[in-house]
Amino acid sequence: MSELLLKLKAKKTKAFKEKQNIAYLFVFPYVLMFTIFIIIPVVAAILLSFTYFDAVRFPSWIGFENYINIITNDEVFMQYVIPNTMKYAIIVGPGGYVLSFLLAWMLAQLTPKVRTILALIIYSPSLTSGVTMAVLWRVIFAGDNSGYLNSVLLTLGLIVEPIIWLQSQEFLLTIMIIVTLWSSMGVGFLAVLAGILNVNTELYEAGYIDGIKNKFQEMLYITIPSIKPQMLFGAVMAIVGTFSASGIGVALSGSNPTPQYAGQLIVNHIEYYGFFKYEMGYAAALSVILLIVVYMFSRVAFRLFGSKDE
Amino acid sequence: MKKHSKFQGTKINPSRFHPSQIRYLVILTPVVMFMLLPLLYIFNHAFKPLEELFYYPPRFIVERPTLANFTRLFQVTGTSGIPMSRYFFNSVIVTVLVLVASVLISTMAGYALSKLNFKGKKAMNEINTLSLMFVGIAVTIPRYLIVEQLGLIDNFFVHVLPYLAVPVGLFLIKQFVDQIPNELIDASRVDGANEWQIYTKIILPLIKPAIATIVILSFQTVWNSADTSTTYINNDLLKTFAFYMNTLTANTNAVAGQGMAAAASLIMFLPNLIIFIVMQSKVMDTMAHSGIK
Repeated sequence: MSELLLKLKAKKTKAFKEKQNIAYLFVFPYVLMFTIFIIIPVVAAILLSFTYFDAVRFPSWIGFENYINIITNDEVFMQYVIPNTMKYAIIVGPGGYVLSFLLAWMLAQLTPKVRTILALIIYSPSLTSGVTMAVLWRVIFAGDNSGYLNSVLLTLGLIVEPIIWLQSQEFLLTIMIIVTLWSSMGVGFLAVLAGILNVNTELYEAGYIDGIKNKFQEMLYITIPSIKPQMLFGAVMAIVGTFSASGIGVALSGSNPTPQYAGQLIVNHIEYYGFFKYEMGYAAALSVILLIVVYMFSRVAFRLFGSKDE
Repeated sequence: MKKHSKFQGTKINPSRFHPSQIRYLVILTPVVMFMLLPLLYIFNHAFKPLEELFYYPPRFIVERPTLANFTRLFQVTGTSGIPMSRYFFNSVIVTVLVLVASVLISTMAGYALSKLNFKGKKAMNEINTLSLMFVGIAVTIPRYLIVEQLGLIDNFFVHVLPYLAVPVGLFLIKQFVDQIPNELIDASRVDGANEWQIYTKIILPLIKPAIATIVILSFQTVWNSADTSTTYINNDLLKTFAFYMNTLTANTNAVAGQGMAAAASLIMFLPNLIIFIVMQSKVMDTMAHSGIK
């Protein structure tokens, strides 16, 4: 037995270098793709953000000028993009996240069959992508009286004439928020649901003996602490999902910039400067700001649910 | 003691119906209706004959269902004279390529990150957790510049390559491989299996639920994505179905186009739904290990 172990050990040290090379072969394809499509773009965005670049001539270094211009000269950014993005991100991000937790928690109180069917219905909108479904929303929110919403409201006598929903400064952002929330119960929602279902039931028994009195305390003191890792995963997915889906305003209204900048979010602002005005450096600076915002949102999530104290 | 018999914790994941569940059903029903209505609308609209599309006021439920919208959708050709079936075919090829390649790439990397030792492993794990927060849409422009530099504009593979490295996919796979006991792997090493054999014979069969999950996630992203066609492809022959779908209503804004658009939406949506229903228990299995620790 010990001979076998010794042999194994000798084999292990000899094979270690070789094994390390094999490990590199295993990770190589992923690392290559990751580098080309994630790392280099992020680094390029950071570098370009310090340049003036019109996509034709070679970028020229201008230091912090883009950032200074964003803060001091970009009226659209300050007046519309920031307030819109904040409102959208806070309702869809943290708001949608709390909603997904509450839905998952209520589903966990039901019997398996009912739960599976309801969970499937709640999850299935996230299988659609916001942009392809814009086709459908454009019909529901159509601005003439053939639109479904207008037709219903007219029949009910709630409005006198049809509202041009998707071109309206008043309603576009709200519609974007509703549409995104509708399709936001995705992977994070499933993770939280799976987490809740897998909490050890003995914890609850112990909790009640220790004096937990109701469902709310049970959720607060047992369920949430037990599923912190899933809560964190769900939070990160909610934040990323929120910002990834934020191009929806342009898809709904059919124009960039959106009518009177009503649904203009930072993502649209980036594309407007990059692909319409060809100010790539400026667009890159906006991208860097967006990445920092996403990162800061995620840090909050890590503070709340992370196990490492950072 | 009576208090304990009323112990509420047992009601998480209950096996039988109990009147106390009614309150949750009362709250959940309107939410579920809200989630369901747009989907029901697509179903009904897609099967409406032309005259029902013109009804005023519009009616939600189809009265005489027909496949006319689907046949018209498949017959119609864009302004460039390319039949829709071509876009559909492109999408199928792209999706299959991405699924096969991304499963291979992320399971290999996931196995190495979980069970093999190499320099830089810890850093790579940390970078990957950090990049869960990566929002691809933010770097559309630098990505475009890189794709341009690589000479991939108007190359069919530009639909595939950007979707191969998915941090969430690798993360889920790695978490799942972590559950596999090391003894199992060591035992087969003693039996003389090499790393590749361990990966194909032991790891892959054991992580099927996680594979199912990343298949669904990748399918969803790729099948629904119109971005690569809009951004990187000028040649109409190489564009995808999702892109075509988007142009459909933009060009034909008439009521008649709505029926076709709904039919196309249904074609976009149904494969997602079917795959998810088939694999749903495996997904829940994977999600139980999804936590970030």
